[in-house]
Amino acid sequence: MQTITTLQAVYNALDHVMDPEIPVLSVLELGMITDVKVDLDGVHVKMIPTFSACPAIDVIKENITNAVERELQMPAFVTVDKEVNWNSNRLTDTAKEKLRNYGIAPPGKHEGEVNLDMLIKVSCPHCGSENTYLRSPFGSALCRALHFCKECGMMFEQFKPLS
Amino acid sequence: MQLEQALPELLIKIADDELIIGHRNSEWTGLGPVMEEDIAFSSMAQDKIGHAWALYRILQEHFNGSDPDQFAFMRAAAAFKCCHLAEMPIGSYDFSLMRHFLFDHAETVRYQSFSQSSFTPLQQLAAKIKGELKYHTLHADAWILQLCTAGAESKARMQQALDNCFQLAGGIFEPGEAETLLIAEKVYPGEAALYQQWLNNISPVIEKAGLTLPAMTAPVYGGRKGQHTEHLQQLLNEMGEVFRLDPEATW
Repeated sequence: MQTITTLQAVYNALDHVMDPEIPVLSVLELGMITDVKVDLDGVHVKMIPTFSACPAIDVIKENITNAVERELQMPAFVTVDKEVNWNSNRLTDTAKEKLRNYGIAPPGKHEGEVNLDMLIKVSCPHCGSENTYLRSPFGSALCRALHFCKECGMMFEQFKPLS
Repeated sequence: MQLEQALPELLIKIADDELIIGHRNSEWTGLGPVMEEDIAFSSMAQDKIGHAWALYRILQEHFNGSDPDQFAFMRAAAAFKCCHLAEMPIGSYDFSLMRHFLFDHAETVRYQSFSQSSFTPLQQLAAKIKGELKYHTLHADAWILQLCTAGAESKARMQQALDNCFQLAGGIFEPGEAETLLIAEKVYPGEAALYQQWLNNISPVIEKAGLTLPAMTAPVYGGRKGQHTEHLQQLLNEMGEVFRLDPEATW
């Protein structure tokens, strides 16, 4: 019973750790956490970056360590899980809704491979129109692409689908 | 040669390619012909340098290698195993774009083969990177096609860029000494096989763009043996200038 309570408390703490580049999403909602264990030494968290060259990885690790240690008063050990790769299907439905409200188009669900249509046919997060085009597959962060909405005349970013 | 030497040889040449072309890509930051291209080359630079770091990290963890930063910034030019294509200066945008097209299709083929590798750390990393590379080839293909249909001058410049880059790109596939062993151990299928697959992948784009693929008559070898152009040393001087002020500093 003790363990169950602690695990739940770890997940609560993780839900308070926001992504530094998308501050409306927690590391849990982004699907970055692959394993949580609690033993006599403390809390062990395994996590994965969205893109392998993500420059925010060290900051995120530190933020997780701090949040878990602060909320549970236990030592925390955060490691990168090499056996699991992040892919965009790991984003929860709540996360996608939050992304859209934040002004970033969420990635569609893929079946193991990302096809060109998923990149090109993106509805505008501002007005909902599908009359958009891909302006560049690279945006302000590695995980984002640049699009333009011909309906409302706004540039917007898409969280890239990744297989 | 033993697998303990053959694997690092393979990892180093791939990582060095990525580190060096990553730094070259980063030279477009602030200079791109349009803002989107500035961002694209900067993003690709970040990806490449990140991939190089991950490969240097495998060297450190599995082959007693040194710290990735030390390894990246403190080696002499002759210890680098990058191909000449990666080390050439950025030149004009058409050269950089064509290099990016040829190089990233080669990377895609390479990481696809690595994703089946018997060497687990490489296989795990490749499974991740090959998905990310899709955005690099998508970007390259789109601009090659766009510029080749944008008028006579544009098309002529792209053909010239292809002619200038092609023999250099052949150097990506310079055979290594340990290849037979790496093939036998199913680490990867070897350079000749990758080269064929690369040709198969780039040819439809080249054809659609209306460009003529030159014959691979004199691939530029030497980089994999540590023989480089003078451009590499200049790049290394600049790249490591701040790092060498205090190599022990933590960032």
